[in-house]
Amino acid sequence: MDRFSWCDGSLFPEEHLVEQQGGVAVYDGHDKTPFVSGFLMLTTHRLLWRDQKNRNCVISLSLSVISGLDEQPSGFTKRRTHFRSPRSTMSWRHRSCQVFTCCGLRLEASTPNRVWSRSSQSNLAKITCTTVKFFHTPTSELVEMTCIQPLAPVYLQFYRSLKEEVKKKRWESHTAPSGTSSAATPSSSSSQGLLPRQRPGIVGIERSIQAKNKETNKNISQAFQDLRNLMEKAKDMVNLSKTIATKIKEKQGDITEDETIKFKSYLLSMGISNPVTRETHGEGDKYYSELARQLATLLTKPIEESGGMMTLTDVYCRVNRARGMELLSPEDLLHACELMEFLGLPVRLRTFDSGVSVLQAQSQNEEEVVSETSAMVEKQGNLTSEQLAQLLGLSVVLAKERLLMAEKMGGVCRDETVEGLNFYPNRFLSEA
Amino acid sequence: MSRRPAGIAAIKNKSLAQAKYRDKGNEIADNQFAQMGKQMQMFKGNLEDFATKHRDDIRKDPEFRLQFQEMCASIGVDPLASSKGFWAEMLGVGDFYYELGIQIVEVCMATSKRNGGLIGIEELRRKVEASRGRNSQAISIDDLLRAIKKLKILGNGFSVHKVGGSFLVQSVPGELTLDHTVVLQQAQEKGNVTKSDLVNTLGWEEERARRALDFMLKEGLAWVDHQSGSEHSFWFPSLIPDFSSSLN
Repeated sequence: MDRFSWCDGSLFPEEHLVEQQGGVAVYDGHDKTPFVSGFLMLTTHRLLWRDQKNRNCVISLSLSVISGLDEQPSGFTKRRTHFRSPRSTMSWRHRSCQVFTCCGLRLEASTPNRVWSRSSQSNLAKITCTTVKFFHTPTSELVEMTCIQPLAPVYLQFYRSLKEEVKKKRWESHTAPSGTSSAATPSSSSSQGLLPRQRPGIVGIERSIQAKNKETNKNISQAFQDLRNLMEKAKDMVNLSKTIATKIKEKQGDITEDETIKFKSYLLSMGISNPVTRETHGEGDKYYSELARQLATLLTKPIEESGGMMTLTDVYCRVNRARGMELLSPEDLLHACELMEFLGLPVRLRTFDSGVSVLQAQSQNEEEVVSETSAMVEKQGNLTSEQLAQLLGLSVVLAKERLLMAEKMGGVCRDETVEGLNFYPNRFLSEA
Repeated sequence: MSRRPAGIAAIKNKSLAQAKYRDKGNEIADNQFAQMGKQMQMFKGNLEDFATKHRDDIRKDPEFRLQFQEMCASIGVDPLASSKGFWAEMLGVGDFYYELGIQIVEVCMATSKRNGGLIGIEELRRKVEASRGRNSQAISIDDLLRAIKKLKILGNGFSVHKVGGSFLVQSVPGELTLDHTVVLQQAQEKGNVTKSDLVNTLGWEEERARRALDFMLKEGLAWVDHQSGSEHSFWFPSLIPDFSSSLN
């Protein structure tokens, strides 16, 4: 129905009236429209419908948009016998519509009339067709004209004339009428120019996605043309990289299958914005103590997450990933770690007899560990280091160390047999 | 006026149309995903090139450095891409070996959940090369050993063991490994365990199982039975009371 437009009923200079028919109602698909009773006029250019009472109410349809026209035995009439009958029906049909079989006469409109845009629709609020509807319920686009008078021969005559006019295409032989008339004759060039904007629906969506992709690709290659460009567009590119990564993660779970690259990506994302360097924090002790503080802040959480301890090599990797390109040497790292205890930081360096160096979370307070371990032995009756390791999910070596520490502080007593080393609660102290 | 009540055909048509819309929707989504993949590759290639070419300039600008790192993080690109160069090769100076060290530890940390912190040097070499990106030079085993040597100052937590003609890199020291605890769990039922038990039930590499058992033997946690048939079995005295009580 959105092929129709308002007009004043006057003909263009080159336009001539061909045929006229009274008692015609306009239907929008199956739905009645306010255009109930009027004259239907066929001209060399258009179909015009004029209200019988209100002579100023005229709507027009350009013949150029009619892409098909056919006549069918009307099954429609039977269903509408509560109106006057017999009657014949005509309908316009857009090309993308489903085949509609119950009309007497069918027209197909080929291109949307560009004048009937959404803005002008408010003038025609009573005609309920919208372009949105057009895509979802195609049949609602059908425009039917019903001849109320049972004048089969007249109607047939009208049909033949219409068919002839559509075939002759007399509207083409003239220059496109100017002014208001352009409403009725969409010139092919202008309608083509407007096509992209006027094509929602799937093709439209696909096109807009394509355009967006193209744009993104262009943006990426432009940004990476040289360093200056990238620095200027860094913020956008950071966001874009995140968007892409998120989308890919949504679809396949992660950006890559490679466990190392996943891990790298994770470590890098823990970046620190102001790494302590010799340039920013000077030489010597000041540099090392600042570095130690930064390391403690950075590492406290990961160390606690990995069971309260982390080897220095793991620390070295993590810290340098967080620093990005501002590398820290193993020597500097070691010096900074040695200062941690002195600075009273929540993590500190510890070296096992085996020569293994770790950073240890200070939350593992010695006294706490001793009382915890003693309580554990008390509860179980007796414990070996292997049993404690299993209970706490610790390594066997660390479990043994805890028991030995507890023994030293008088929390537990050892029972050393050929079967191994076992620890019991220290009754000598508790029951004395 | 009123719409025609929908018939069966209309319902069929509608569901057919919906199925088609759905198919089309999936198709569009798939296309979009493929595009995203391409854009990701574009990003990756560009970032790798920039990390190689503009390293010093990127380092100079703290704000941009962080932004560059953020991009590397989301796409998974290694920002450390120094090439070896003549002086690194001759004297071991420059950042190349330090960077390599970081990349080596990273691979070990990433794989330790799977391999318990033991990795063959050839596998390590392959993984390091892959994670350095497409601009990476070929990394030799000698390069790896040199880089690991520079980590020595950080303690014995990271060590290289010669096994036959090859090397094995251990990144989780005995103090921190949970392998021994797992071995004890395996032995719980029978009181003893063999190397092939561990290989078969846990899917461990033979070397990993051997090291775990040897360590426990050395620490006095396990006893070895040389007469238990084709393979030595390891007994855990700490488990024997449990074992005997379950017999009673």
